[in-house]
Amino acid sequence: MDLQEYISLVFSDYTLRTITFGTAILGAVTGMLGSFAVLRKESLLGDAISHAALPGIAIAFLITGIKDGNVLLIGALISGLIGTFWIRGIVAKTHLKSDTALGLILSLFFGFGMLLLTFIQKQPDANQAGLDKYLFGQAATLVESDVWMMTISTGVCLFILMLFWKEFKLLLFDKDYTETLGFNTQLIDILITTFIVLAIVLGLQTVGVVLMSAMLLAPAAAARQWTNSLATMVFLAALFGALSGVFGTAISASQNNLSTGPIIVLVASVFVMFSFVFSPSRGLLFKQLRFIKNRRDLELHKTLAFMFHIAENHKNISHPHAIKILNNFQGYTRKTLQKLVKKNYVTLHGNMWSLTDEGFKTASNLYNQQSRHE
Amino acid sequence: MRASKPLQIYITNNLVMNSAQIEIQLIASLVAVACAIPGTFLVLRKMAMISDAISHSILPGVVIGFFITHNLNSPLLILLAAFTGIITVVLVEYIQKTKLVKEDTAIGLVFPALFSIGVILIAKNANDVHLDIDAVLLGELAFAPFDRLVVFGVDMGPKSLYIIGSILLITITLVITFFKELKVSTFDKGLASSLGFSPVIIHYGLMSVSSVTTVGAFDAVGAILVVALMIAPAATAYLLTTNLKKMLVLAVVIGVSSAISGYWLAHWLDASIAGSMTTVLGLIFLFVYLFAPTKGVIAVMYRERQQQTEVSLLTFLLHLKNHTDNNERHINHLREHINWQKVTATRVLNLALKNNMITIDMNIISLTKKGDLFTSKAIDYIITNEDSQIEDMKDDFFLFRG
Repeated sequence: MDLQEYISLVFSDYTLRTITFGTAILGAVTGMLGSFAVLRKESLLGDAISHAALPGIAIAFLITGIKDGNVLLIGALISGLIGTFWIRGIVAKTHLKSDTALGLILSLFFGFGMLLLTFIQKQPDANQAGLDKYLFGQAATLVESDVWMMTISTGVCLFILMLFWKEFKLLLFDKDYTETLGFNTQLIDILITTFIVLAIVLGLQTVGVVLMSAMLLAPAAAARQWTNSLATMVFLAALFGALSGVFGTAISASQNNLSTGPIIVLVASVFVMFSFVFSPSRGLLFKQLRFIKNRRDLELHKTLAFMFHIAENHKNISHPHAIKILNNFQGYTRKTLQKLVKKNYVTLHGNMWSLTDEGFKTASNLYNQQSRHE
Repeated sequence: MRASKPLQIYITNNLVMNSAQIEIQLIASLVAVACAIPGTFLVLRKMAMISDAISHSILPGVVIGFFITHNLNSPLLILLAAFTGIITVVLVEYIQKTKLVKEDTAIGLVFPALFSIGVILIAKNANDVHLDIDAVLLGELAFAPFDRLVVFGVDMGPKSLYIIGSILLITITLVITFFKELKVSTFDKGLASSLGFSPVIIHYGLMSVSSVTTVGAFDAVGAILVVALMIAPAATAYLLTTNLKKMLVLAVVIGVSSAISGYWLAHWLDASIAGSMTTVLGLIFLFVYLFAPTKGVIAVMYRERQQQTEVSLLTFLLHLKNHTDNNERHINHLREHINWQKVTATRVLNLALKNNMITIDMNIISLTKKGDLFTSKAIDYIITNEDSQIEDMKDDFFLFRG
């Protein structure tokens, strides 16, 4: 299937269109809210919440007996919120650390959810099939109403985010200051946490409990590498998330036997890796290049300074010296010498070198700057 | 005699445990112990979430191992999967070292990616691999007794019993041998390295043991519930004691008791054994979280309230000491002056009266000799911060217990 064919298929085929839009919107909303989770150092909260939502789904089914997506989502939302605030409670009231609290809630809620799910499976009415799709997610089960649900939730989140943008931003970076300004930090905190839980719950059906945390983290972590501004980061994260959704769906649709959730997560991971390596200001590649360049400059300066010390002792600064005496010097190579010649600091005459006036001046300034810094 | 036959069947089916039931409980208990020991150290080293990451990211290792060996119980598969666990730790630490993202984000990025690779590997080879993700993630203890180890035609018991048994044996040997090193490096990394045992080696040793245990246990209880068995007993024990040895023993006891009662809960509900083991663990944790004698939520809340009252008491006594004027010491004025709610005021007043620090005469409050002495001492303590001043007050007041 070539690209053009695929694109036309996206617009003509109901299922593919629904899934593509669904995963794109999901990626956008999780990326957007994930930025806050990442910056609040609550990266693994997503993992805990998505697992903690499982018993809610099961209980909602046990109570209502219907398999309506929205009812189950409300159950998931409630149990996700209980899990989140219990984590907060454990960290605040006991000496257990946050990682222990996260791991506890994650595994205990999930285990309880498993107990309920297996209990439901043994019940006589056969209506329960499909509950376990929430475990690993099945994008293929998305229908148009689900996409609308996601769109509306995303719209509401976006609206409130814009409305309280200043407050969210302030709380994110300086909680104490926010409090002294008289904002109700607890309310803002609850609001943003609820949104994060909501985003996770929305994604459960598509990518499942296990991989949901990556949807929250990966786009945000990738976006973080490109900018230091919150607004840009949120926008980029939403973009990366949406692109992961679209590409992931496309890849999994083009081949057999590829589940969408894992592919989306892998695409998002590729975004992260690319950002880690190629981001101009923070990326590993440019950092390494800068590192090498700095080291070269340093060596060049060291050679120049060494030459300067020799030239200093002579009346005529451009008195020629043998290149041989440089050989013992660490920073010296044929290349650095060439570079110095190119910069017009040094002139070469056969086996001899001599400092130019410019070179002498630079070298003495080099020294001055150093001593001034000290 | 005719009636006794159904009775006998009933007895053998329900009252007397059959050998499969005993075996399941034995395996569950061994898994619980094998998980609780490394779990205790993970919790103390603030690395609990690493166990979650490992439990997910062993999946590609398990799948590849399964391609090679076609046997979920082969030692090669266990080693390969455990190796994936170590790779996870190395990757997480590498990302943390680049400082591009915060520490926990690194964990959250690595394991879903590896897990996805595992899921895709399974999906792409669905025809060759009889490996269910559900089975890997959730495990099924009930089937464990069916896969038996047969040596020279003699049934030696279920294979997983031997696997988890040998992992447990190795873990116990390692913990006993390196107990001192583990203890020092857990609580004081600097001291450990200055004493000459490398924290790095101990760190990776612990990680290896955790990985191997996770792989050995996932077959029985599933990857995610391994996390519960590692963290929950240790965290519960940590709320009850601050002694490492006691914590280890408690974690093991909690793990085993939840394994056995979890089995019977599952038996009764006809539901997943691993799920009900975790549920029992959750209930135990909830109970301890609420009612632990010094670190439970209720105890902490009581202590905080008591401290609040005591601070108020001190303010109140200071006020009395500073004012000799009858007007200032009138009971109604005080309520206004210090601006307390009625309930708080009554509580403070009662506490002061009970300790014979004040007398109330015609609604005028005055300090007794004891109250006067107490106030001076307390002030001295606040100013000089010398502990010896208040030795005798510590028993009566939370405030001075530090």
